[in-house]
Parts: sequence; structure tokens; C-alpha cells
Amino acid sequence: MSTLANLKPGQTGVIQAIHSEQALYYRLAAMGFRIGKTIEVVRSARFSGPLHVRVGSTDIMLRRNEARHIELVAA
Amino acid sequence: MRRIALLGMPNTGKSTFFNRITGASARVGNWPGVTIDLMGAKILMGGEMVEVVDLPGIYDLHGFSDDEQVVRHFLENNAIDLALIILNSCQLDRQLSLALQLKQLNLPCLLLLNMADEAKRFGVTVDAAKMSEQLGLPVMLMSAKYGEGYKPAFDAIGHALRNSQTVQPEQMHEKLAAEDAIEQKMEQVLKSAVQIPPRLSDDLTTKIDRVMLHPWLGLPIFFGVMYLLFQAIFLLSKPLQDVINWALLGFKDAALIPLLSTAPTWASGLLVDGIYNGVGTVAAFVPIIVLFFLFMAIVEDTGYLSRAAFLMDALMARMGLDGRSFVMLLLGFGCNVPALMGTRVMRSRALRLLTMMVIPLSLCSARLQVFLFLSAALFSPKAAPLVLFSLYLMSFATAFLTAIIFKRRLVSHEPFVLEMPPYRFPTLRQMVLRGWHEVRHFLNRASKFIVIGVVLVWVLTNFPAGVAPGSSATWAGQIGAWMAPILDPVGINNQLAIALIFGFVAKEIVIGSLAVIYGMEGAALSQHMAGSLDWVQAYSFMLFTLIYTPCLSTIATLKSESKSLRYVAMALAWSLGLAWVVSFVFYQSARALGY
Repeated sequence: MSTLANLKPGQTGVIQAIHSEQALYYRLAAMGFRIGKTIEVVRSARFSGPLHVRVGSTDIMLRRNEARHIELVAA
Repeated sequence: MRRIALLGMPNTGKSTFFNRITGASARVGNWPGVTIDLMGAKILMGGEMVEVVDLPGIYDLHGFSDDEQVVRHFLENNAIDLALIILNSCQLDRQLSLALQLKQLNLPCLLLLNMADEAKRFGVTVDAAKMSEQLGLPVMLMSAKYGEGYKPAFDAIGHALRNSQTVQPEQMHEKLAAEDAIEQKMEQVLKSAVQIPPRLSDDLTTKIDRVMLHPWLGLPIFFGVMYLLFQAIFLLSKPLQDVINWALLGFKDAALIPLLSTAPTWASGLLVDGIYNGVGTVAAFVPIIVLFFLFMAIVEDTGYLSRAAFLMDALMARMGLDGRSFVMLLLGFGCNVPALMGTRVMRSRALRLLTMMVIPLSLCSARLQVFLFLSAALFSPKAAPLVLFSLYLMSFATAFLTAIIFKRRLVSHEPFVLEMPPYRFPTLRQMVLRGWHEVRHFLNRASKFIVIGVVLVWVLTNFPAGVAPGSSATWAGQIGAWMAPILDPVGINNQLAIALIFGFVAKEIVIGSLAVIYGMEGAALSQHMAGSLDWVQAYSFMLFTLIYTPCLSTIATLKSESKSLRYVAMALAWSLGLAWVVSFVFYQSARALGY
């Protein structure tokens, strides 16, 4: 299964599912993470730091832990 | 009185709008059902006084973050006449859901599409009339930052308020249940009323990010920025503090002392040395707080704070903190008080409390004065800089140790997902208002606490009646003697113990109190201390001073920001205990090694 955490900077994917507890699910949804949306990893911080991603019109940073909950299919 | 609630997502310019509509009249206050402070103001609107409340920015009414809870509790406990919903015009594709959620609660709503200026830059066009018709709500476009569209929006708010019916909290209680049709409705409205280009054309932010978040340059740039901020705050606040001190001293000599010349000694002592000097100590914080928040407003509103968090998060996450904690920790090296107040940008309470545990260990500029004096008096010019450097290292080490130990107690469950807004430049008005609000907040909250503390220390160091102030015959001296079994093993003698009691109020007065205790000043004091203490004792005293407690203002701020006496007691007990253990380990091992 491919997740957002596997994506390298510059790669994109389409959100297929968000496997997370409710609080994070709502939060991600409110920030524009919806099934079928294209997501791009803009860059990742050094020392396995957070990811900088772009969904639609919004730039967001999230930790790899959170990124693992987002399942993707190839764009 | 009628009440307007301001609602919206984070980064929509909600607070900018709030500042514009309320001017400088806003105050921090408590509301029923809500545990944190909210900003509120009473303003004149259409011939009547209206209360405006700025609620925290939220993404979703059904989320479970601390802020979302605050908004729900507010709505469930306070009657409302109008909900002003502020959305970012550039991000309507995801923000409209909040407006629909609120509308479904049958709240009288007015939609303000803010950042019309930025939308223009991105090529987003919004048909407000069409959107209003679709939603069945009044919709206004404006730019809170530049004031464009503000007048019509203000008039529309007055109009909506006249026609609205007060919604009682009980009604809200029932309606705050989950609903689902929002997604569909949103798609429908967006399709017909909003046009968004497939990729937003903000080249500038992308270009700046390429440099600021560069894999190798990002961190050096971050430290450079922090260093410049730090220098700027202290370069600018020093002369201001000097002016305040000069004015306070002038007033004391010219008016206060002559006025009290007929009063009994104890009364003039209490008023002048106790209360007046204590208040002066607090006043000296004002320039630092204003400047700190001016610069914080720049760092935060430009969008750099979330970039700094991105850069530092990898390291801080291992200590249960996040990137923003590190920014505050660094700023604490200037002054702990505003750094503690700055943690309000953090949403999770546990994360905030953990960060606030750590900040008081930052070696602030007041402690630096003590260390500069003692290291110059007891160490060679070659060794003194190394001593100072080692104290800075100790400061970081104790801060990280504290975080690692307390991260299990103060676990932040909030997932770390942070928006990175496009770079913007805040207006001067935004920055000045911010600084002003924070100073007033600090003075309101901290002054009583500080005056009580100052009076207490004054009593301890001046009584029983008839003894020389600051001498070992005072109650402070007796406490010092009584503490000897605890302080002897760390090399702190009776005189230094009295200085520690003074230092509890503010580190600025430690050297002054040593002058009183030893009865000599300046070079004579340095020489005497060099003669009566050895370097091991002095370094142990410096370690203790670094860690035991920052100052009364910091403790007052800890209390007002955490609103928990238990937490403050825990933080104090921890730092006192840690100070003793560190000094003990150092002093005893140095002695064991024959120094």
C-alpha cells in the first residue's frame, strides 16, 4: 500500500483513503484533504522531519506519522 | 447588550478584522463555559453598544481540537445576535464548509470574504451577489488589512444586527449535532459562484520558500533570523528601559521621598523600597514586551513561524515539543516573560504547558548581568567567556532534560498538521495593536502578584525592626541560616542565600542586593567576593541562580497563562529541585577532585 509518507519531493498522488482516528480525519478534511484530490509533496525536512505538501490551493506541513495514514494511488 | 461573535478558519485575517472594527478598545476577558481568555470589545454600532467577541480560528465545528471545543462551548453558553463568518477568498473551496455548518445551526450569519486583495493577485474571482443568493446569507467582499470594502461591510453588519433575533444558548445546544449535507451543498455553490484557476500562481512564496526552507541553508538562515531579532529587540529596548528607569528614579528623588519625609520610616521604606521599586521593576519589562510582540507579529503574520516550525520539528518532536517551541525557547534567552506569552500560538494545551516548563530555563538577559559580574570578579579574563559559554550550554541542557522528563506527563495528542500560509507583510497598525494588547494584558495580570511578592521580600529583608536591611539578622538572614544544612552542601553561604531570596523578585537586583548585604559596591565588592569565595562556590552559585527560578514576573506570567496554581507549583518545585541537584553534583565532584 502506498501512503503519503512514501512519496518523494516532487511526486504527486491521488488520495484514496484517510485511515485515521476521527479528530485527525476531520482536521485533514477541513484543510482540503478529500478522497480523489491530488496531493503533491513539495519538500521534506532533514533528519526525517515533517513533509511540506500541497493540496489544491493550500500548503500544509505534517509529520510523517500523520502522512502514513493517507493512502494514495498513482496520479 | 447585543453580541456579535467572530468566527472563521485560522489565517483568514479574522484578528485583523477584529482589530479594525474594535480599534484599541479590545480587552482580554473570560466568558461562561470557556476556559481560555478571549478578546472582546464593546463598540458603538447604529446608535447602540454592541459586544464583539473574537473566537479562536477553527477549521471545523465538529473537530476535536482544543480551539474547536472552545468555540462549541462558547456557543452553548452565550447568547448571540449575529455570527460574522470570515473566510479567506482564496481558499473558498475548502472554507465554505464552515459557513454552511454555522448556517445550519440557524444562527443569524453574515459572510465576510476577506483578503479580496490577495484573491485578486491569485486570479480568484468571486460573485458575491450570486453566492449570497445561493446561500441565503448576506455576503460582503473586503480586505481587512487595507480597509478596502470595510465601510460597506460595517454598514451591512449594522443592518443584519437590526434584523436579527437573539439566539439563546439552549437552542444552540440542541442544534450542535452532526450533519452531512454540507459537502454536497458546498460543491454546488462553488461550481456556480466561484472560479479558481487549477494551480494558484503564487510564484513569490514558492521562490522564497526555496531559499528559506533549503535543505542546507534553511537552518543557518533560521538561526541568523533569530539572532537578528534577538539583537534588534535588545538594542532597541535598552535605551527605552534606561529612560523609564531614569524617569522613575527622578520621580522618586524629586517627589516621593520629600513627600514621605514626615512619614514613619517603616511606611516610607515599604512604599519606596518595597512597592515603588517593585512597580519600577515591572515597568522596565514594558519596552521589551512591546518590541518582542512587534517582532513576533512580523514573524507570525509573515508566515515565517510555521516555516521555522518545519525546520526545527525533527529535533523537537523527539522531546515532545514542536518547532514552534524552539522559537519561543530561543526568544526566552532575551526575556522569559514575553516568550511565555508567545506560546499562545500553540493550540494544544499539553504542548503549551510543556513549552512553558522549558522556557524559564533559558538564560535571560537579567541572569546574564549576574553572571557577567561574578565571572569577571572570580575568573581570569581568559576563563570568563568560557564560563559564560558553559552556562549557556547548561541552559540548553537543563531545558532539554526538562522536556524529556515531562513529555510523558504532558503528552500532546493533537496531530501536528500546520498550514503554511503564503508570505505576507503585516501592516504597522497590526503590529502596534498587538504590542499594545500584550502589554496591557501583562500589566493587568502580573502587577498585583508582583507587588505582593515585592512587599514580601522587602518585609523578609528589613524585619525584625531595628536590624540593618539585608543583614544576617533579618528574617531573610534567619531563613538563610535555617537553610544552611541544605545550601552548605552546594557551597552557598549565608550571604549568598540572602541574595537568592532577593533574586526571587528579579535577577536585576541580585548584584544590588549583594552590595547591600556586604555593605560595599562596585570594584570593592568584586574584590571582597573574590577574596571570600573560591571559583567552585561562585560557579555553583551561578548554576543555582540559572536554574532555581527566573523571577517573580515570570512566575506571575506562568500563573496567568496556565491558570493553574498546581502547574506553577510543579514548575517551581521542579526547577528548585533541579537547581539543587545540579549545583550539588558540580560542587561535590569539584571538591572531590581536589579543587
